[in-house]
Amino acid sequence: MKGSVERDYSREFAALAEALGRAGGNPAALRSPRIASLVVHENRILGLNAIPGIKMDVEPLPDGIKAFVYVEPGVVIAEPVHLCFGVLPKEGVQRILSTFKIGAEAHVRFLAHCSFPNAEKVQHLMEAEIEVGEGATMEYNETHYHGPFGGTEVLPKARIKVAEGGRYITEFKLIQGRVGVLSLDYEVHLGEKAIAELVSKVYGKGKDQVRLREALYLEGAYARGLVKSRIVLQDQAEAEFTGEAVGIGPYSRGHLDCTEILRGSEAKASAVPKLIVVDERAKLTHEAAIGSIDRKELETLMARGLSEEEAVETVVRGLLR
Amino acid sequence: MGNHLLLIEDLFLEREGRLILRGVNLAVEEGEIHAILGANGTGKSTLAYAIMGLSGYKPNKGRVFFSGKDITEKSVTERAKLGITLAWQQPASFEGLTIREYLEISQRAGRGCFRIEECLSLVGLPPKNYLDRTLNDRLSGGERKRVELAAVLAMAPRLAILDEPDSGIDVLSLDDIMEVIRRMNRGGTTVLLITHREEFARAAHRASHLCGGRILKTGECEEVVRFYKNFCKECTHINEPELEKTLEKE
Ligand SMILES: Nc1ncnc2c1ncn2[C@@H]1O[C@H](COP(=O)(O)OP(=O)(O)O)[C@@H](O)[C@H]1O
Ligand SMILES: [Mg+2]
Repeated sequence: MKGSVERDYSREFAALAEALGRAGGNPAALRSPRIASLVVHENRILGLNAIPGIKMDVEPLPDGIKAFVYVEPGVVIAEPVHLCFGVLPKEGVQRILSTFKIGAEAHVRFLAHCSFPNAEKVQHLMEAEIEVGEGATMEYNETHYHGPFGGTEVLPKARIKVAEGGRYITEFKLIQGRVGVLSLDYEVHLGEKAIAELVSKVYGKGKDQVRLREALYLEGAYARGLVKSRIVLQDQAEAEFTGEAVGIGPYSRGHLDCTEILRGSEAKASAVPKLIVVDERAKLTHEAAIGSIDRKELETLMARGLSEEEAVETVVRGLLR
Repeated sequence: MGNHLLLIEDLFLEREGRLILRGVNLAVEEGEIHAILGANGTGKSTLAYAIMGLSGYKPNKGRVFFSGKDITEKSVTERAKLGITLAWQQPASFEGLTIREYLEISQRAGRGCFRIEECLSLVGLPPKNYLDRTLNDRLSGGERKRVELAAVLAMAPRLAILDEPDSGIDVLSLDDIMEVIRRMNRGGTTVLLITHREEFARAAHRASHLCGGRILKTGECEEVVRFYKNFCKECTHINEPELEKTLEKE
C-alpha cells in the first residue's frame, strides 16, 4: 500500500458532529439514513445523505463546494435536513455556493451548523440562491461556532424568492466565541401573500466587526415580512445594522425590529432603517433600540438576589436565545 | 429599633432637583401587612424604590434600617439577599426569559416553600398555560402583574414591597390578590402594601398615610382611611404640604 491511501477524515467529521451536539442538536442525525444530511470540511464532502423527496447534488470546488438542493413539490420532509460546514485548521477558505429549489406546497427545515473552532485566518463565504415555490415553507436555521481568536471572516449572502403563499423563515445565530468579521446580506423577494421572517442574533466581542443587511422586497399583494435583529456588543466590537423594507404590493406589510445592546463604553452600534413605500396601500414600520441594558430589567433581577453581572448575563442570554 | 423589621428615619429624597420625600418616618413591624395609602403622585413609588435601594433613589438624608441593620448604603442585591424584594407597579418585561425561569430565579433567592406551579395557580394563572411562556410584552399588563406576585410568593422574602399590586388587574380579582397577599404573609413575609385605594388599605393590618412626601398618620386601617378620605383624597398639596400642620392635629 503506497502513496494512494485516502486520508482519514473521521476526526474532522467527529469535530463537526460535536459542534452540532453543542448546539443542542443530535450528532447521530449525521449518520442516520432517515435524515438528509451534508457534511463538508473545507472543500471535502465527508458525508452526504439524500432521502426520498429531496435531491442533493454536491460537487467540490478548489476552495469549497457547490450544492444544488431540490425538494419535490408537495413533499413534507419530517426531520430537519442537517448541514454541517466548517474549517478546523487555523487557516483556510470555505466557499459554499448553493441553490435551493423548494417545490410548490413542500415543507422543509434546514439546520445548518458552521464551526471554526481554531480559526485565526479563515474565510467562510456563502452564496445562496433560494426559490421557495407556491405555498411551500422553507425554514433555515444557521448556528455558528467560533473559537476565541476572532480570526474568521464570515460572509453569508442569500437571494431568496418566495412565490405566492410561500413562507421563508430563517434564523442566523452567531453568539459563541469570537467571529472577527461578519458581513451578512440577505434579500428576500416576496410574491403575493408570501411571508418571510428574518431573524439574526449576534454577539460581537473583542474587535469584532458586524455588518448586517436584511432586506424585504414586498412585491406581491398582501406579502408580509419581518426582520428581527438582536445584537449584543462588548469590548471594542462594532455593529452596523441595515434593515430595508420596500412595499411594492398593495396591502403588503413589513416590519423592522432591531435591538442592539452595548456592554461597556467602547462598543459601537448603529441601526439604519430604510422604508420605501411604492404602493400607498403598503404599510411599513420599524423600531430600533440601541443602548445599554434597561436598568429596570437589571434591578428587577437584582431584587431577586442576582448580582449585577448575573443579571446582565440573564438579560443578554434571553435576548440572544 | 425593637422588633421593627423596617425602620425609616427622616428620609429625604430629591429627583431631578425636586424634593419628593420630605422626611419620611415609618416603622413596619415584623409579620404585619402594612399599607401605605396615598394619592397619585405623593411619592409612594419613590419610597418603595428608596427602600429597595434602586439607582437614582439614594436618599439625600435619613436612614433605612432592616432588622436592626442600617442598609442605607447597601446595593439592591445585598438588600435582596437580606430578604427584601420589590414588586414593581409596572413590572419589566424580558425577551427570552420564561416565566418558569423567572420564578426559579426568585425562588432561589429566598426561603420559599411553594412549588413554582403552586405560585402560579395561587395568582390565577394555570401553570400549564403559563410556565413556558416568555415574560415579554405579549403578556397583558394584568398577567404580568400576577406573575410578579407569583414571583414574590416563590421567593417568600422577609419583606415584600408591593407597589400597587391591584393596578392593571380587574376589580373582580381584588379579593383574590388580597388572598395571595395573606398567603405570603402567613408564610412569614412582612408586606408593605402600597396603594391609593382605600378598600385595599382596609384589608391590611395597619396603615400609614403618605402625603406630600411625608407620612402624616400611622395606625389602624379604618382610622387612616378615614383621615385620608376626609383630608387628603382630593387635596392639592401633593409635594406642597403646607396644610400638613393642620392635618397633623387631627
Ligand atoms: N424621575 C423623576 N424626576 C422627577 N420627578 C419625578 C420622577 N419620578 C417621579 N417624579 C415625581 O415624583 C412625585 C412622586 O412620584 P411617585 O413616587 O411615582 O408617586 P406615586 O407612586 O405616589 O404615584 C410625582 O410628583 C412625580 O411626578
Ligand atoms: Mg406609584
